[in-house]
Amino acid sequence: MARRDAPEVNAGSMADIAFLLLIFFLVTTTIETDSGISRKLPPWQPEEQEPPVIKQRNIFTVLVNRNNELLVEDEFMEIEELRQAAFEFLDNGGGAGDEACDFCQGPGDPSSSVNPQKAIISLVNNRGTEYGTYIAVQNELVAAYNQLRDREAQRMFGKSFTQMEKEYNDPNYTGNKDKLKDQIEVIKDMIPQKLSEAEPTS
Amino acid sequence: MSKFKKKTNEGQPAISTASLPDIVFMLLFFFMVVTVMRQNTLMVKNKLPYANQVEKLDKKDLVMYIYAGKPSPRYQQRFGTEARIQLNDKFASVSEVQQFIYSERETKREELIPYLTTALKVDEETNMGLVSDIKQELRKAEALKINYTTLQGDALRNME
Repeated sequence: MARRDAPEVNAGSMADIAFLLLIFFLVTTTIETDSGISRKLPPWQPEEQEPPVIKQRNIFTVLVNRNNELLVEDEFMEIEELRQAAFEFLDNGGGAGDEACDFCQGPGDPSSSVNPQKAIISLVNNRGTEYGTYIAVQNELVAAYNQLRDREAQRMFGKSFTQMEKEYNDPNYTGNKDKLKDQIEVIKDMIPQKLSEAEPTS
Repeated sequence: MSKFKKKTNEGQPAISTASLPDIVFMLLFFFMVVTVMRQNTLMVKNKLPYANQVEKLDKKDLVMYIYAGKPSPRYQQRFGTEARIQLNDKFASVSEVQQFIYSERETKREELIPYLTTALKVDEETNMGLVSDIKQELRKAEALKINYTTLQGDALRNME
């Protein structure tokens, strides 16, 4: 009996099938990773505790009302000015002796903060405040901290704080990561992010 | 009659498409590898606010998502237009947040639990009252690392 070759399978439609799959994955793909403002919540404390005594000059109060308006240190303010105001508060450096700030460039106003370690930004919002406004305020306050950290990192290590953090998180960075981490810690110790959030008023 | 006869016009030779499947497969594999399927179907309006002082949130397996916002139009009949919380694939009340965090923790390896982050995907029109309630519940559940997920952009656009 004559052996017959198996007939060749027609592969012409393979491209069509592959295209179909391709289009499916194209549609379902989301390449971008999520990003956002990271915060750490304070631990839950069931019983009321005595609040620590903080001098009024070291607190920078930001109030947001239900109409999304800002009241900063008892004065009405537009959100565009908030970053600069917070930056000036942090950079004031009005302390003397133990509390003196050796790197601040502010005017040393006696009614503003003594140094960035002591300075606290307090954010109070209303239950009716819109989330978008709240994020905008958070963003401006974090930006004020970053602005000051950038300046100090530039002065001490010759590159900005955001650049240092970016390099630290970059897996392809070739420099000395341990040294970079120490430098980041130094800056974070110098200018800690002290952002306190009170429970919203109703 | 010349020896080198001009070729008669027989049309352009057909381009071989034999390598087309290979190219398409290459693309296909690329997209298969980078695809991340959406874990939850959104049942709430979710227009995130803008911010530019952001940190990236990688390691997707260490993130728990909490959505909040007004129910989408097709659920408004049943659930109204008041902003709600969505956990996994259903609407939830504030008191269910703690339970959700505990059950999410169960599914993760023990040594990874301290690194878990809660991503809050909240619609920009939501009132802060709801967000604060969620935050209080997270504090009770000791899920202290949170991330307000935002879009990249100028934060002042939120005010418009």
